[in-house]
Amino acid sequence: MSVTDILLTVLLIALKSVVLLVALLVFIAFALYADRKIWAAVQLRRGPNVVGPFGLLQSFADLTKFFFKEPVIPASANKGIFLLAPLVFATISLAAWAVIPLNAGWAIADINVGILYLFAVSSLGVYGVIMGGWASNSKYPFLGALRSTAQMVSYEVSIGFVIITVLMCAGSLNLTRIVEAQNTSLGIFGWYWLWLFPMFVVFFISAMAETNRPPFDLPEAESELVAGYMVEYSSTPFLMFMLGEYVAIMTMCALGTILFLGGWLSPIPFPPFTWIPGVIWFVLKASFLFFLIAMVKAFVPRYRYDQLMRLGWKVFLPLSLVMVVVVAGVLKLTDLAPRSPVVPEPVATRGVEQ
Amino acid sequence: MTAFFFYIFATITVASAVMVVASRNPVQSVLFLILAFVNAAGLFVLLHAEFLAMILVVVYVGAVAVLFLFVVMMLDVDFAELRQGFQQYLPVGGLIGLIFLVEILLVVSTWAVSPEALRVPIAANPPAEAVTNTEAIGRVLYTRYSYFFQAAGLILLVAMIGAIVLTLRERVGVRRQDIARQVARTPEEAVQLHKVPSRQGLGEVTR
Repeated sequence: MSVTDILLTVLLIALKSVVLLVALLVFIAFALYADRKIWAAVQLRRGPNVVGPFGLLQSFADLTKFFFKEPVIPASANKGIFLLAPLVFATISLAAWAVIPLNAGWAIADINVGILYLFAVSSLGVYGVIMGGWASNSKYPFLGALRSTAQMVSYEVSIGFVIITVLMCAGSLNLTRIVEAQNTSLGIFGWYWLWLFPMFVVFFISAMAETNRPPFDLPEAESELVAGYMVEYSSTPFLMFMLGEYVAIMTMCALGTILFLGGWLSPIPFPPFTWIPGVIWFVLKASFLFFLIAMVKAFVPRYRYDQLMRLGWKVFLPLSLVMVVVVAGVLKLTDLAPRSPVVPEPVATRGVEQ
Repeated sequence: MTAFFFYIFATITVASAVMVVASRNPVQSVLFLILAFVNAAGLFVLLHAEFLAMILVVVYVGAVAVLFLFVVMMLDVDFAELRQGFQQYLPVGGLIGLIFLVEILLVVSTWAVSPEALRVPIAANPPAEAVTNTEAIGRVLYTRYSYFFQAAGLILLVAMIGAIVLTLRERVGVRRQDIARQVARTPEEAVQLHKVPSRQGLGEVTR
């Protein structure tokens, strides 16, 4: 490859990333607004309704406000890590989107181990939280960070098992292939949400715990910890944390869409529904999951910490373990297990006496 | 291109490994350790071993290092005091490092493949282009090395049970929430209706 080729490739990837980033951030601005509106509607309030028509521009007003505030750094904080933490958190959350296919072949990096990459990156988010909590050098943030660490590590385990059951059905770690494996003539009923319904529920709840969403927002429980690991943050660093959190939630929605709701596939598998671009289906499905998460925030009171740990370790872990065994057994017995592509006969490179 | 990224990853790995030892603050040491792990994962990706790279990130960075960080953050260590013995231990540490270096050099310099090894049948390898490396690992791990795989699992299980046994203590006299019992309660057994006579009260209520 010549230098110009390399430069062109890099430029193209950068361009794709920027387009995705802008689209994602604008989407999140409105998702935030939707979140608050849904929350308000459940509580019979109006929600944000001042900035722009119906308050649609509220998120942008908030953004401006955050930018122009003064970032306060506590005197006893570890300054470097204190400022690095929100940056790490936001960057890692955004990095997950590199592999997400919004439509057939639309992923920026269509890698073979896409699902593992997503899993790995989503488990890294905890560093932003724990670094921020520790570097603040203050008690509430530290307690929040410790809670968050235990919580995220616990729920990762059950998410891992959920992913394994889906992988067994799909037979690939590539996100595009996982979606294509759900492409049957049954349409919406061929997707994994129906066939793996218990796992879908486990995934949905674990996703909320993993992203510190209510009712599992113990790391930032206002009534106990003020704002948890974000207590000492203000202005842009706070914005980064907030942004990272919402990006992580959208990542989980996208992951749920890919694993259980058939990604970009049309729910009704014949025209004219299949003429609608896949990306629209994808966004609709992800928004639907986000709507569910927003509703849960409005409905469900916050869990107590020991209840949270019990749910993760004593309910979800055994349940998902049993489901892995059951799904594997069913796939084996009914011969439904996906066949691996035909592999040419092994080539004996060594071990043959010439 | 690959060489370029190799040198980036390798340099950062080595530099952060040095910083793990040299850093004054244990928390910073752990953070540098994490950086080293992530860059090692990058090196794996360059070797086309994506699966190993991701597993390295999931297991070491996502879980093990988090627990390191967890423990180190909660330690109340006087860092200045910790550093005082540095001069004293330097010769011993240096000596051990030197011994390791010499050993590794000896091993590498006398590296040879046994003539027997060439005749031992190896696991059947499909051509690298035909399968993804995840599948390739699975094919070897669950066929040829399945006993070793299970043995490793068993060792981990023993370690896990050991850790639980060491830390488990049942305190008596602690009120615990028994969710199954709470859920199983019915109004019949939990609620009592009493007709309270006027001006006399109920007296002692027995359940």
